[in-house]
Amino acid sequence: MTEPTRPTARLRAEHLTLAYDRRTVATDLSVAVPDGSFTVILGPNACGKSTLLKALARMITPKAGAVRLDGAPVSSYRPRDLARRLGLLPQSSTAPAGITVGDLVARGRYPHQRMLKQWSVEDQAAVTGAMRQTHVLELADRPVEDLSGGQRQRVWLAMVLAQQTGILLLDEPTTFLDIAHQVEVLDLCADLHARKGHTIVAVLHDLNQACRYATHLVVMRPGGTVAAEGHPSAVMTAELIEDVFGLPCRIIDDPETGTPLMVPAAPRRPAAAGDAAVAHTP
Amino acid sequence: MSCPGDVRPAPDGRTTGTADVRAVGGIVVRTRGGGLSLRVPARALVVSVALLAVLVVVAGITLTTGDFDLTVPEVLRALAGNGSGGADFVVNTVRLPRLLTALFVGAALAVSGAILQSLSGNSLGSPDIIGFTNGAATGALLVIIVLHGDMTEIALGALAGGLATAVAVYLLVFSGGLHGFRLVVVGIGVSALLLAVNQYLITRTSLEDALEAQAWLIGSLNSRGWEQANGAVIAVAVLFPFAFRYARRMSMLEMGADTARALGVRVERTRLVLLVVSVALAACATATTGPIWFVALAAPQLARRLTRHSGPGLAPAALMGAVLLAVSDLAVQRLFSPAIVPVGTATGTIGGLYLIWLLVTESRKSRA
Repeated sequence: MTEPTRPTARLRAEHLTLAYDRRTVATDLSVAVPDGSFTVILGPNACGKSTLLKALARMITPKAGAVRLDGAPVSSYRPRDLARRLGLLPQSSTAPAGITVGDLVARGRYPHQRMLKQWSVEDQAAVTGAMRQTHVLELADRPVEDLSGGQRQRVWLAMVLAQQTGILLLDEPTTFLDIAHQVEVLDLCADLHARKGHTIVAVLHDLNQACRYATHLVVMRPGGTVAAEGHPSAVMTAELIEDVFGLPCRIIDDPETGTPLMVPAAPRRPAAAGDAAVAHTP
Repeated sequence: MSCPGDVRPAPDGRTTGTADVRAVGGIVVRTRGGGLSLRVPARALVVSVALLAVLVVVAGITLTTGDFDLTVPEVLRALAGNGSGGADFVVNTVRLPRLLTALFVGAALAVSGAILQSLSGNSLGSPDIIGFTNGAATGALLVIIVLHGDMTEIALGALAGGLATAVAVYLLVFSGGLHGFRLVVVGIGVSALLLAVNQYLITRTSLEDALEAQAWLIGSLNSRGWEQANGAVIAVAVLFPFAFRYARRMSMLEMGADTARALGVRVERTRLVLLVVSVALAACATATTGPIWFVALAAPQLARRLTRHSGPGLAPAALMGAVLLAVSDLAVQRLFSPAIVPVGTATGTIGGLYLIWLLVTESRKSRA
């Protein structure tokens, strides 16, 4: 390895140029994922945050630059070796028809298995452990398609946990979930991060959820550049949000957790803009 | 078969051993050192054993009955190589090669269908529906009509036609990744096109050639000898190891390309290998017997429904295919005797009914 890795970030992206066919999403993008952090990537739609996550997981190959894991470019790993170090929960996965929860979680062991070593004692322990952590052990025999959205997402998380990778990449894990299930899934992620020491990288949409759960924020601007990086309380400012999202707002303390809470500013309409609603309220 | 040493009392009083067994189903076999460990879904195992038993019974009936009834000991003596002249001829020259051809062609078609259905994520994604079979027929017809080739050349023509069709469908469908529905729709279009070509070829030829071509187009096991049996056995022996080697990767792919890739599967390579194996199996089967419809479509689905297993389940599918074709052939040989009904007619009729049922249940499911 040409350059020594700083021990603080096993996973880092260096000077990435990311593109789909001809459309360039980002140029010269560098991000480090601090070890043991709950990193959340934020940004407006189409700013390239999911693309960055995909590049970190080697789902797409950067046009320039490299993603490094433990010092070596991820492209130099054999797929199974990478899958033993880096777990990814993609935005959409399909549960095969009729599969039970237990069987689906067991599939997370694939990178650890061989033709003749299909179900070792370690496999069994990892699957049971992952299901216990995500509270889906009771659902083991249920078909995945019978579960609620939140339960299903916990099952998928269990599958990635069974992979036993230390680093988990989650692409919008709360999309398609109602608010209660969003909180349920994020609480679970925070728990895994805090108690099991997993490094978690997630793409989220909700700024306030990001501020509440993240220990490290990466805020991206349209055009795929990093606008700010660091602890939520350090980076979250009204100026940043206005700059990145074009939304005037105030940042206050979350009354529950003390983390930054973004409150969009009420539109300051001049009195002359008297539309029907205003006219009827004297 | 998990050894008692595994069962440790957990702090909460339950035994982790029983909890583990509950978490993930199947029969687990492990060697003491952990060098070998296998997990087999119990129901799939039971179904496979049952199908194997059916297979033995069907083989027994096929070999003992017919124009010339034989007892089981007579058949066994003939198989061992020391039967009487008559029994030896009936078993080893007439019935056995035909039976083996049926078993191996059936298994090949079923595995071909199981792979394509898994890759396309669609129960209609089978080689007979998406044009590979008609393509093989086009290749064979060209050999019959233009080159006036013999049986071996016809088989090679079928093989070339099937592979060429697969390449064409691949180029039409795979430009932006694999989309199961698109594969089925494009495949049905290609299939219809090739059917028209086949019919045109028949109208442009002499009466004798047209008759030979038409006879070939109705898949049949009549007068199949060791040449065909050996061909089918070799195709299965060469191609099945690849199919089974890639079966686990294939079940990972069913969760979506990104998920499979994240679990360490080389997605593109896996798809390509499986696709080639599937096409080659269908083409070899068609080359041996002519087009036999619906075994590839129905056998994997029937096996899946019996095993209730969430995965391609190649072994039960292969056994189901072998049973279906052997039973169909036995039926046409014995029920309609002395009339000679080709087995393709039987599978076509049964398969047509199956297809209607499949389409009705699928549309009900999509409406629900």
